Amino acid sequence: MAILEIKDLHVQIEDKEILKGITLTINTNEIHAIMGPNGTGKSTLAAAIMGHPKYEVTSGSITIDGEDVLAMAVDERAKAGLFLAMQYPSEITGVTNADFLRSGVNARREEGDEISLMKFIREMDSKMEVLEMEEDMATRYLNEGFSGGEKKRNEILQLMMLKPKFAVLDEIDSGLDIDALKIVSNGINQMRGEGFGCLIITHYQRLLDYIEPDKVHIIMQGKIVKTGGSELAKKLEVEGYDWIKNELGIEDETVGQEA
Amino acid sequence: MTVETTLALTEQDVRSYSAKVEEAAWMADFRSNALAKAEVLEMPTPDKTKITKWNFTEFPSHTVESSIFAGLEEMPTEAKALIDDEQQQNIYVQHNNTPAYLSLSEDLKSQGVILTDIFTASREHSELLQKYLMTDGVKVDEHKLTALHAALINGGVFVYVPKNVVIEDPLQVLFIHDNEEASLFNHVVIVAEENSQVTYVESYLSTMEHAETQANIVSEVFAMANAKIVYGSVDVLAEGMTTYVNRRGVTGPHARIEWALGLMNDGNTISENITHLVGDGSSSDMKSVVVGRGSQKQNFTSEIVHWGLDTDGFILKHGVMKENSSAIFNGIGRIAKGATRSNAVQESRILMLGERGRGDANPILLIDENDVTAGHAASVGRVDPLQMFYLMSRGISQEEAERLIIHGFLAPVVSKLPIAGVRKQLTEVIERKVR
Repeated sequence: MAILEIKDLHVQIEDKEILKGITLTINTNEIHAIMGPNGTGKSTLAAAIMGHPKYEVTSGSITIDGEDVLAMAVDERAKAGLFLAMQYPSEITGVTNADFLRSGVNARREEGDEISLMKFIREMDSKMEVLEMEEDMATRYLNEGFSGGEKKRNEILQLMMLKPKFAVLDEIDSGLDIDALKIVSNGINQMRGEGFGCLIITHYQRLLDYIEPDKVHIIMQGKIVKTGGSELAKKLEVEGYDWIKNELGIEDETVGQEA
Repeated sequence: MTVETTLALTEQDVRSYSAKVEEAAWMADFRSNALAKAEVLEMPTPDKTKITKWNFTEFPSHTVESSIFAGLEEMPTEAKALIDDEQQQNIYVQHNNTPAYLSLSEDLKSQGVILTDIFTASREHSELLQKYLMTDGVKVDEHKLTALHAALINGGVFVYVPKNVVIEDPLQVLFIHDNEEASLFNHVVIVAEENSQVTYVESYLSTMEHAETQANIVSEVFAMANAKIVYGSVDVLAEGMTTYVNRRGVTGPHARIEWALGLMNDGNTISENITHLVGDGSSSDMKSVVVGRGSQKQNFTSEIVHWGLDTDGFILKHGVMKENSSAIFNGIGRIAKGATRSNAVQESRILMLGERGRGDANPILLIDENDVTAGHAASVGRVDPLQMFYLMSRGISQEEAERLIIHGFLAPVVSKLPIAGVRKQLTEVIERKVR
């Protein structure tokens, strides 16, 4: 079992503080959901965990099994077991999806112990089948000309190939129709189990109909304001966010406002 | 090595050279007329690059004698690596200034295909060569360097594809440069007659790191009605070599010329690549990639001139600049009056790896007709930090991520080259140069 601990995390971008003390503990074998309206800091949390160059952690800590994640370069975080499925993955011309994936898989292995090409292709093919991806997606340039839905599936393909200890999924459901949502959820559910923990960031409950979370956290004004089980997400689906705002005396839930 | 001799060749010199290589008689007059022009014409003036101090006129010797190769296995190792196992024929090799090896399949010979060195071409296909040699493509009197080239041609190749002949496999040409004293005045002529198709891939390969010599290279490429020519080149000439290279194409109706140029010289280089879309409905796809390093200065002009109706031109140039290198990228789409419904599109991108390098991307559209479409994109920048973040977030190291991005950036030419050995070599040269 592994444990990802975030303690009193403060993050700013261009001198503006977005996260104001996030504390969160995720064990492998758990799926957490972070929910909240737009502009409350959800994606900032995802970016800060992975080490996005534009986000600056001003205080607090992130550790994975006690190891200081914040001291690690981005690639070291990945090798320590973190993964971020991005909302807007970069397009990289001239680098095929398969070459990119193989570099990622081999980066986790010792030199001289690279995955054999045949084994890699077999594994990629089987995962692509689960995600109902077209065969040519392997040989196309990374994300170039991919539709929104293709990009999301491609992020989950990477997740399934790289098998991290902890995955952060940043709005993986945005822009997906119901069929694609089911396919993507199916891929994530296949990962579920011993040795895998997940933090799902979303502002719709919809995705959680297919991936049942163990815990749901509501984020407003850069802080977690409420935590509950999957029933919390269902309540949000029916009643929206207003009851939480009323309960906590929050008028404007976005970052920059104070309760 | 010091350059001791300033070789101002005289008319007598070029005439006696002409006799020595036993070329067609008219070549002696051609050379001597060109030499007279070289003495009076001005140097070219490439945009934004000052070449007045570059040495284009002095070289240790005009020609050197090198060995011929009885078989491909006798070639230097670096050259052998360029030849694929499955393609051991339709190959011409020039060793410095010496025609060193030729193999052309019986099948192609029987169809009338010509692949031969330029001297033999002047003897055996005299009229054909005379028709195309610096007449409709590159003119002798464009400037001092074209005239000097014409006077001093000391190598090159002639390719002729008769009407309706489609050559499936590429023709491969190797220009091996392994003598520090050798200068290259190569002239390439490719003629593809009506409805024919050919893919030509040449490699310029210096096996030494440094040579104080020069290259003055002209290629003329003619695609007649409905013909298609794919022209691939990888230039890897040594540091210290001053290079002028002019590759030009002319299209007939509905003809197409595709260029894929990997311009990897380590010396100062002026490269000009122009296609004249003369025939209606003809098109050209012009791709070049460049890596500059050290303190080299380079100037690359890619131009497509639209004369015919409904002509289509696409220019792509991608360059990586590191250390103190500087390069000017001129992309020119020119649409002449009357070239109705033409389309001129170009993209120039420069990736800066160092702090002190310089790269200028100059997209130029010169349009003299109303009913046309045109577009350009140009950028000069550093490796995108978001792309780096994305790759590294998958565990890929910074070094490897940068390598992937650079190779991807230069892939448009690499992926177009049809010979695996040449593709591999270009990838390795890029690897070596950007490291």
